[in-house]
Amino acid sequence: MASALLAIIILAPIAGALTILFIPEKEDVIIKSTAAFFTFISLAASVAAYFMYDVAKGGMQLVLEIPWVNEFGIKFSLGVDGISLPLILLTSIVIFTGVFASWDMQHRIKEFFIFLLVLVSGVFGVFASRDLFFFYLFFEVAVIPMYILIGVWGSTRKEYAAMKLTLYLLVGSAFVLIGAIAMFLYGADPVKGLGYRTFDIASLAQVQFDPAFQKFAFFLMMIGFGFLVPMWPLHTWSPDGHVAAPTAVSMLHAGVLMKLGGYGLIRVGLACFPEGAHYWAPLIATLCCVNATYGAFVAMVQKDLKFVIGYSSVSHMGYVLLGISAMNAVGIDGAVAQMFAHGIMTALFFAIVGNIYNKAHTRMIAEFGGLAHQMPRVAYSFLIAGLASLGLPGLYNFVAEFAIFMGAIQVYPVRAFISVFAIVITAIYVLRVMMRVFFGPRNPRWDDLKDARGVEIVPFIILSGTLILFGVFPDLLMNMIDNGVVPLAEKLATFKMGGIF
Amino acid sequence: MITLEYYLILAAALFCIGLFGAVAKKNAVAVLMSIELMLNSVNINLVAFNRFLAPSQLVGHVFAIFVIVVAAAEVAVGLAIVISIYRDRFSTEVDNLDWLKW
Amino acid sequence: MLELAWLIPIFPLIAYTLIIFLTKKSKSISVAVALAGIVASLVISIGVLVETIQKGITMAEPFEVAVKWLRLSAIDKYTGLNIDMGILIDPLSAVMMFVVTSIATLVIIYSVGYMHGDPGFSRYFAYMSLFAFSMLLLVIANNFFEMFFGWELVGLCSYLLIGFWFEKPSAAKAANKAFITNRWGDFGFMLGIILLYINFGTFNFGEISRIIGDGASGVGAAILTLISLLIFAGPMAKSAQFPLHVWLPDAMEGPTPVSSILHAATMVAAGVYLLARGFVLFNESTETLLFIAYIGGITAFIAASFALVQRDIKRILAYSTLSQLGYMVMVIGVGSITAGMFHLTTHAFFKCMLFLGAGSVIHAVHTQDIFEMGGLSKKMPITTWTFIIGALALAGIFPLSGFWSKDEILLATHQAGFTGLYWLATLVAGMTAFYMFRLIFIAFFGEKRTDHHAHESSPWMTVPLIILAFFAVFSGWGLVKMGYGSMVFFGHPHHGEINLGIALISTVFALGGIVLAWLIYYRKIVDTDLMKQRFRPIYNLLWNKLYIDEIYEWLFDKVMLGVAWLCNQCDRKVVDGIADGLGDTVRHTGGWMRFMQTGSLQNYALVIFGAIVIIVLLMATPVLGGVIR
Repeated sequence: MASALLAIIILAPIAGALTILFIPEKEDVIIKSTAAFFTFISLAASVAAYFMYDVAKGGMQLVLEIPWVNEFGIKFSLGVDGISLPLILLTSIVIFTGVFASWDMQHRIKEFFIFLLVLVSGVFGVFASRDLFFFYLFFEVAVIPMYILIGVWGSTRKEYAAMKLTLYLLVGSAFVLIGAIAMFLYGADPVKGLGYRTFDIASLAQVQFDPAFQKFAFFLMMIGFGFLVPMWPLHTWSPDGHVAAPTAVSMLHAGVLMKLGGYGLIRVGLACFPEGAHYWAPLIATLCCVNATYGAFVAMVQKDLKFVIGYSSVSHMGYVLLGISAMNAVGIDGAVAQMFAHGIMTALFFAIVGNIYNKAHTRMIAEFGGLAHQMPRVAYSFLIAGLASLGLPGLYNFVAEFAIFMGAIQVYPVRAFISVFAIVITAIYVLRVMMRVFFGPRNPRWDDLKDARGVEIVPFIILSGTLILFGVFPDLLMNMIDNGVVPLAEKLATFKMGGIF
Repeated sequence: MITLEYYLILAAALFCIGLFGAVAKKNAVAVLMSIELMLNSVNINLVAFNRFLAPSQLVGHVFAIFVIVVAAAEVAVGLAIVISIYRDRFSTEVDNLDWLKW
Repeated sequence: MLELAWLIPIFPLIAYTLIIFLTKKSKSISVAVALAGIVASLVISIGVLVETIQKGITMAEPFEVAVKWLRLSAIDKYTGLNIDMGILIDPLSAVMMFVVTSIATLVIIYSVGYMHGDPGFSRYFAYMSLFAFSMLLLVIANNFFEMFFGWELVGLCSYLLIGFWFEKPSAAKAANKAFITNRWGDFGFMLGIILLYINFGTFNFGEISRIIGDGASGVGAAILTLISLLIFAGPMAKSAQFPLHVWLPDAMEGPTPVSSILHAATMVAAGVYLLARGFVLFNESTETLLFIAYIGGITAFIAASFALVQRDIKRILAYSTLSQLGYMVMVIGVGSITAGMFHLTTHAFFKCMLFLGAGSVIHAVHTQDIFEMGGLSKKMPITTWTFIIGALALAGIFPLSGFWSKDEILLATHQAGFTGLYWLATLVAGMTAFYMFRLIFIAFFGEKRTDHHAHESSPWMTVPLIILAFFAVFSGWGLVKMGYGSMVFFGHPHHGEINLGIALISTVFALGGIVLAWLIYYRKIVDTDLMKQRFRPIYNLLWNKLYIDEIYEWLFDKVMLGVAWLCNQCDRKVVDGIADGLGDTVRHTGGWMRFMQTGSLQNYALVIFGAIVIIVLLMATPVLGGVIR
């Protein structure tokens, strides 16, 4: 049972997609309920995995291993540790709430949910895979449906955005693929490597790659995963993509897909190329410092609500990179926590904006005003998301950001200082949006807008509840993360920072 | 005495005529016919080689029969396509059949 | 009782949760829940205070309990992160908790009358409970991190309560301004505690003072100055010190009871409390102390001078609060936390009362402009008399509470050798008396200037006023008798005795201010309009508050938004331009290459045939014996 748990998490959405295939198009409630049911299985299994994971023991648990292609040492091997389990939990929460957030979808819902479910099983697969081959395979499974989901069900320049997003992500994954093949070949080398062919990440991490190779390979990983995170200046796909995507896809995309980059960088980049990572880390730190402040500044002057959130994601993901580039336990702990926290927060944001957009058919900030009169629940949810975004204590983002700064300031005092400054700018743009959209006199134009109720509030409650729960009791999750990060940090601690800059 | 060379020259000539027809003819049916010519030139080659190099075996004949069968199938498919194009466009000019371009 | 102290913040939190999730629909139950929560906290904090005094718990040997909250591993040379949540009971926190809970209780009672009929009635009490929780968490904290936690939450409550009437654009704007200004302070505060942790390896107040006391911290003086200055950024924003004071006057957009408890009595004093709590750290750096002292002095003076010309009753009180906070900060800067905390305590009572009195007036006449009031003393006797008591206390007239604490401040400043600041502070005392009595003579006496139908407020509002008046009169003398100086101190106990000379000088200044106000605004010996004309430039400067708001607005509109606009252009034009340019290049190349695809069947056939010929020839090369090379 324990070993099948991860397989259940991954396969439940696929099973859902297959089931939906046989439901007639016009039975929309049944289709949605089916999607909700199967994502709930994933959610329940993830929560079960959370409780079954033995923090005291640590390491990879809930392991499943099936040989796939023996010739190349490819194995379908699953397992989670303290780094990946929170992200699996995140994915299952976001997709479950995402199904509810797209409850009032009208157009071609059958295909929509099939693609959505296929996508999410790809994401689960990436987080659960211990095998580099399947890591990459699942990654592609996650990217391709995105193209169709945005291109067909999107809004605002959807074809352009879908194309841009897919191209960017594919270029990124091409870099990763080259790196992965190079790693594989190096690992199979009988003299310098292991002497047998394997794609197992843990085994490849044992190889003593020589420094020149590490610099080269980590650079590939940095660029490849940097496209996903997204690292400045490779980020422009993300605001456009978020804006164009339908609600659930935005949630999944900003909430989870961007985290694949950070996760890959930690799991493959740092674990396999510690020396290369130390060589490039100062560059990452500089770029993410740009990410954090520049993203926040750009968010300040956006006119479209979704653009504000899209750029805020750019800004917040900068913190993730900052934590990673600090290369110490606290920083990486913070980075993983921030991935979780930002995923939940941004999903909440997109759920709210989707809700408003569905009813008001506009997202232009200037057209709103006084919405708190008509939609108090939505306003409250937005407030919680906004406060999480500006790092208020009591919400999980604060814990994550605090840890990141704590880790980063020991390594890059100036760059960390500049990044902390971004919290001020974040406060400015979040509160300005709050004021201009929700506060002010009642605007009769929006009097027919209904407040969120029924299934619409399910995402709001679950997502903000998660933020508050882990914000007040961070040890529930941080313990696990720290446990997963410590072996990695010990390995990293033996190298000296430096190189570029 | 008629040697192998005569047959080969005949086949080459036939092939060239077929090739010319295939690339130069405007009518799709004529193009198909030209392709038949080229296939038949191959058949001549096969039978001739068999006769002169290994008379005791029938490999060449068998192969030629295979080619004839495949050619028949190909013509069937090709003509079907031509007819359906004709129904749609009232023309079998190959120069007009460039819709796959860009 | 001490073991139950952790419940003090918890009760209001429970009240908040109950109101938000359950009782929001029913106004009366919501009030009852909020009141029950805060009264329970009040009872426990009285018990804690009594026990602290009885058991002789001192600053050096506090009662401390903590649970672990977060543990992150330290690896190699990098520090980990150990955060506790705990309670720290010593005279400082015990007194502060009593002040907070008692004032909160009174204000909540008062609000029942004040907020009567407001559509957001339940929401108001929920926020108030949340505020009480956050403030008490801040006070009871045993480490910097927990304090920061509470610090941010009170900032949130302040935001919510200033923007309580969010339908008013001015209120929404003021709420934003308050939060964002505080964010600048938090930026410094957060960096400060992070650096503190990296250097000391702990957030705990006791451990830090032990490490510093041992002198073995190995932390350089420059680093300590940096840390303490960064942390001081927090109090500068929260206690509204110059130049981050701009948010406090605007915060008066909130309901008056909110102004009274958050923006006069307790929340804004959190900065002073932090300075007292972490004084061991500030004490290590003379530069920081000097900076704190002068910032406080400057704030006290400029705020008092702004108050001289204001017309809005709440704004006058707000500037007065600023000025008094400046006093407290200044005296902590000169090295006496006793005087600072003493003034904080007395000020909390009388300033809260003044605001509640102002609220009572506003409730009755529906205007905030003092020149539209006048002659209220006959209609609203209780309000008038409590207000006058508050003003006398604020002016520092013997034997009211303000006298004792202000005297302590002047004495400490004088003793520390800051003669300049001492005279500045004495001058401010005179100005304080002047503007307060200007307000009283204009608003409460004289003839009715507009057609208002003032009437005394309901007992819900007047009873808290009377109770607070009692505190305003006796808390100063009472605390001196209780030996406040030997309870709350840093280093060695401070036995404050009255220095007759200093007391006399300050009393003369205060009385002088009152008399001047009486002459000008009651007897009208000079024409105020004429004075306004003659001193037009100075008047304008003060009326516009030195144009600081305008400067900030300009900085924000031009610099911040300018940078943002620039970044946006850069993103859309340069970064995205390059990306799109790459895409276009590929597309154009493709567009050019596509002409190779003629679409003509026979072309393709020819090419295929040619290719086959070439391939065959190449493969046949060995057979042909190298004919083609």
